[in-house]
Amino acid sequence: MSTGMIFALAGAALFVTGVAGLVLQEHLLRKILAFNVMGSGAFLVLVGLGQRSGTPDPVPQAMVLTGIVVSVAATALALALARQLFNLTGGMRLPRKAPDD
Amino acid sequence: MTDPVAWIVLLPLFWATLAFVIGPEHGGRLAFAGLAVQLALALTVAQDVSGGAVRVHSVGGWDAPLGIELLADGLAAAMLLLTQTVALPLALYARAYFRVHPECGRYFWPLTGFLLAAMNAMFLSADVFNIYVTLELVGLAAVGLVASGGGGAPAIVAALRYLFATLLGSGAYLLGVALLYGTYGSVSLSVLAPLVNENAPAAVLLAAGLMLTGLMLKTALVPFQFWLPPAHGGAPAPVSALLSALVIKASFYLIMRLWLTLYMPLTVPAAAQLLGMLGGAAILWGSFMALRQAHLKMLVAYSTVAQIGYLFLLFPLVTQTPPETVQSATQGVVMQIFAHGLAKAAMFAAAGAVILSTGHDEIAHLGGISSRLPLTLFTFSMAGVTLMGLPPSSGFLAKWLLIDAAISSRQWGLILVMIVGGLLTAAYVFKVLRHAFLKAEQSTTFRRLPRMLEWPAFILALASLLLGLRAGDLVNLAVAP
Amino acid sequence: MTWNQALPLLVLASSLVPGLIIFALPERRRIMRTTLNLVGASVKLLLIGFMLWGVTRDEQYEFRHAVLPGLELVLHADALAMLFVTLSAALWFLTTVYAVGYLEGSPNRSRFFGFFSLCVTATVGVAMAGNLFTFFFFYELLTLSTYPLVVHRGTEKSLRAGNVYLAYTLAGGAVLLTGVVWLYGLLGRVEFVPGGSVSQLAPEYANQLRVIFLLLIAGVGVKAALVPLHGWLPQAMVAPAPVSALLHAVAVVKAGAFGIVRVVYEVYGVEFTQSLDLLTPLAIMASITIIWGSLRALWQDDLKRRLAYSTISQVSYIVLGVALYGPIGTVGGLAHLVHQGIMKITLFFCAGNYAETLGVHNVSEMNGVGRRMPATTLAFSIGALGMIGVPLTAGYVSKHHLAEGAYAAGAEWAIWVLTASSLLNAAYFLPILYRAWFMRTPETWPHEHVERRGRLETNALLLGPPLVSGAMIVIAAVFADSSWSPLAWAKLIAAREYLRWEN
Repeated sequence: MSTGMIFALAGAALFVTGVAGLVLQEHLLRKILAFNVMGSGAFLVLVGLGQRSGTPDPVPQAMVLTGIVVSVAATALALALARQLFNLTGGMRLPRKAPDD
Repeated sequence: MTDPVAWIVLLPLFWATLAFVIGPEHGGRLAFAGLAVQLALALTVAQDVSGGAVRVHSVGGWDAPLGIELLADGLAAAMLLLTQTVALPLALYARAYFRVHPECGRYFWPLTGFLLAAMNAMFLSADVFNIYVTLELVGLAAVGLVASGGGGAPAIVAALRYLFATLLGSGAYLLGVALLYGTYGSVSLSVLAPLVNENAPAAVLLAAGLMLTGLMLKTALVPFQFWLPPAHGGAPAPVSALLSALVIKASFYLIMRLWLTLYMPLTVPAAAQLLGMLGGAAILWGSFMALRQAHLKMLVAYSTVAQIGYLFLLFPLVTQTPPETVQSATQGVVMQIFAHGLAKAAMFAAAGAVILSTGHDEIAHLGGISSRLPLTLFTFSMAGVTLMGLPPSSGFLAKWLLIDAAISSRQWGLILVMIVGGLLTAAYVFKVLRHAFLKAEQSTTFRRLPRMLEWPAFILALASLLLGLRAGDLVNLAVAP
Repeated sequence: MTWNQALPLLVLASSLVPGLIIFALPERRRIMRTTLNLVGASVKLLLIGFMLWGVTRDEQYEFRHAVLPGLELVLHADALAMLFVTLSAALWFLTTVYAVGYLEGSPNRSRFFGFFSLCVTATVGVAMAGNLFTFFFFYELLTLSTYPLVVHRGTEKSLRAGNVYLAYTLAGGAVLLTGVVWLYGLLGRVEFVPGGSVSQLAPEYANQLRVIFLLLIAGVGVKAALVPLHGWLPQAMVAPAPVSALLHAVAVVKAGAFGIVRVVYEVYGVEFTQSLDLLTPLAIMASITIIWGSLRALWQDDLKRRLAYSTISQVSYIVLGVALYGPIGTVGGLAHLVHQGIMKITLFFCAGNYAETLGVHNVSEMNGVGRRMPATTLAFSIGALGMIGVPLTAGYVSKHHLAEGAYAAGAEWAIWVLTASSLLNAAYFLPILYRAWFMRTPETWPHEHVERRGRLETNALLLGPPLVSGAMIVIAAVFADSSWSPLAWAKLIAAREYLRWEN
C-alpha cells in the first residue's frame, strides 16, 4: 500500500469520525471541533489520493489550502454564533427540537 | 476586460464591501444600482448563449488546471437571469422593510452582496472544486443572513442548525471531489464528463453518492428538511425571500448539473426513482405541514419544502428515457425553478408586508386584509396561482411540461403525485385567502404601508404570471447549446 | 397584427381592461365604475355583432400566440364559438345592469365587479378557444375568477360553499389536465375542427382514447354539473343573485356543457365517438342527471336551491342532445344551450328580485307575490313555462328537437326521460305559479326593502333585465325559423359536424 493510500484511508476514517461527532455530539464546541476533524479528513483524502507517480501534485495542495481557508472562515462563523447563543441563553447546546406550530 | 461573465461576479463583491464600509443607510441604493447593472449583464450573457456561443472566461488569464474557468452555458445563463431578476425587486423591498426595522438590516446589504457574488460564481463554475468553494460561500452568507436578522435566541439556533447542515453537506461534497480527483486527476467538468462511464471504479460511485447526498442536505430534500422551516420561517421577510427563492435553487442546480453532465452514465433507474419518491414525499409532507401551520411565514416556509419536491421529479424523468422526454423534463424543471423563485419571493414579501402592517402573521386573524391591503393580497393570490400550477402562470407551464414528460415515459405515478401536490397547494393557499376575506377583527390595526413595500412583491408575482404567457425564449435558453 | 387577428383579442380586452381598472378604483367611485361596466359590456356586444356579420360572410377571425415552442394559445371565431360568445355577451350586459341595481349600497363593489369582468373574460375565452390547450387555459381561469364571487359576502356559509366549489372544480381541472396533456402527447396538437382530429389515430389507441374521453368528460363534467359531480352547485347558491344568474345561465355550467360539445364534436368527432361506443354511456349519464336534478328540485323550499337543481337537470338536456347520435338531437342540444341560458337567467333575476325587494327566499313565502310584483312574476312565469316546454317558449323548441332527435337515433327511451322531466318540471314550477298568482298575499312580507314607487314595483335596474330576457324567450320561439334565431345557428353548426351523414 502506498503512502498516499495510507493517508487517504486515514482521511476517510477521520471524515467518518467527524461526521459522527457533528451529528451525535450535543455540545456546540464539540460539534465545531467535529466539523474541523471532518474537514481535515477530506483534505487528507484529497492529498493522499492525489499523489500520482511519486511526484508531488500542486493542484490538490492548492485545493487543500483553499479548503483550509474556507474551513477557518466557517469555524469562525460557527464560534461567533455559538458565543452569541451562550450570551443569550447561557448554554452551549441546541435546544431539543420544539414541536412545530 | 469587459467580459460580463467576470463582472457579474465581481460587481456584487464590490458593492458588498462598499456597503459594509459605508454603513447600512446607503446600502440599499448601492445594491439597487449594482443589481441593475448585474441584470443587464445577465441579459447580455443570456442573449449570447441563446445565439449559440458558450462564454468561457479564465480568471486572471490563468487557464485550468491551476486557474479557475468560468463557463456560461444555457442552464447557467438561465440561473443567472433568475437570480438577478428576483434580487432586484427584493432590493427595493428590503430597503423599505429595513426603514421600518433598521436593527434587522445592519448587515443585510454586505451579506446579500456576498451571497449574490457567490451564487453567480457558482452558476458559472466549470470545475467541481470551485463549485465547492462557492457552495461554502453561499452557505456561510446565507447563515449570516439568518443570524443577523434579529430574533434573539431562536434565530441563532435556526442559524446554527442551518450552518451545521450546510457544513455537513459541503463536507460530504468535498470528499466526493477528493475521490473524483484521486480517480481521474482532474476537477474540470469538461474533462471529467467524457471519462465517467459505466465502468467507473467504486470510488467514483461513492463520490457521486457523497456529492449528491451532501447537496440534497443543502437543498432540504425530505428527509433532510429539518433545518429549513425554522431558518426560512424565522428570518425577516427579505431574507426568507432570498433564501427560499434563490439559495435553495443553487444547490438543486448543482445536483441537476452533476446528474445531467457528469454522472449520467452511472445513473440507475433505482437511484432516480428513489430521488423521485423522496421528491413526492416532500410534496406530500411539506403541503400537509403547511396546512397545519398557524403562522403565515411558517406556512410559506413549509410550502418551499413541498415545492422543492417537484424539482426532484426531474430525475426519474431523465434517467433512461427517450430524448424528447429528457428535453421536456429539463425544460419543465427550469420553468418550475423560475416559477417558484418568482412566486416564493413575492409570497414572502407579501407576508412581510402583512407583518409590518398588522404586527403579526397569525393566519386565523388575517381578516380584513382583503379590504385594507388589497394589493398585497392580490400579490399573494397571484403567487399562489403560480405555485398551484394553474393558468395563466409559469407554474402551469412547468406542470404541463412535466406531465407531458411523465406521460411520454409512462410514469403514471408521477402524474398522480403532481396532481395531488397541486390540490394540496390549493388547500393551503386558499386557507390563507379564506381568512383574509373575512371581516377585520376589532383589535387589528392596519398601518399604512409605503408603496415600495407592496409594489416590488406585486411585480414579482405578476412576472411569474406573465412568464406563463410567453416562455419560449426561456425554455430554449435552458437547453442551449 | 391585422384586424382579423386583433378582433378576438379585443373582445377579450373589452371586459378584461375595465375589470383591471375597476380593481384599482376606490369604492366610492360609483359612477365611474358603472360607466366602465356598461361601456365594456356595450363594446363587447358591438364587437361580437361585427364578428357575427363577418363570420356569415366567411371572414376568418383568428389569433395565435406561441406560449411554448409547439404549444399555442388560439382564439378562433367559428360557428360554435359565436353561438356561445353571443349568448355570453348579451347576458353579461343584462346581468351587469342587474348587478348594479342589486348591489347598491353593498360593500366591496369594486372587488365584485373586477372579478365579475374577469369571469366574463374567461367565459369568452372558453367560447373562442381554438384548441384544447386554450380551452383548458381559460377554463381554469374561470374557476379562479368565480371563486371570489362565490365568497363575496364573506360569511362563514359562503366561505364553506367556496371550499366545496374549489374542491370540485380544482379536482375536475386536474383530471381534465391529465386528459388534455395525454391527448396532446398522442396527437401533437389538438385543434378544434369539425369532425375532430382524433380519428386519424391508429386503431390500437382505441382503449387509451376511451380512457382519455372519460378523463375529459369527467373534467368538464364537474362544471356542467353532471351527476355525481354536481355537489358544488346547490351550495354555490349562497352567492348574491347576479352571481347565481351568471354562473347558472352563462358562465360556469355552460362552459362545462360547451366543453362536452367541443370534445365530442370537434376533438373526437361525433361519428368517431359513436364508433368507440362512448355516446350511449354519455346519454345515460345525462339522463340520470336530468331525472335526479328534477327529483331533488321537488323537495326544495328555498327558491334558489330549487332553481339550482333545475339547472343541474336542464344543462344535461344539452349533454343528452350531444349524446344522441344524429343531427336533430345535436340541433336540439345546441339550441337548448342558448334557450336554457335565457330562461334560467330570467328565473334567477326574478328570484333575486323577490329576495331583494320583499325578503322572500322560500317558495312557501311566495303566496300572492304576483299581485305585489306582477311584472317580475310575469317574467318568472314565462321562464317557468319555458322550462316545462310549453309551446311558444324557447324551451318547447329545443325539447321538440331533442325528442325528434331521440326518435331518429333509435333511442326511444330518451323520449321517456324527456317526458318525465317535463312532468317533473311542471310539478315543481306550476305550484309556484299557482301560489304567486292565485293565493292571497300575506299581511306583511318577510322584509320589504324596496317600496312600490308608482308603477314600478321595484328598482328599475332590477326590473328591466328579467323583462328583456323573458321577452327573448318568447321571441326565440316565435322567430325560431328565421335565419337569425339560435335554432338556425344550431342547425348550421350541426350540419358541419356530421361529416358522413346522409340525410
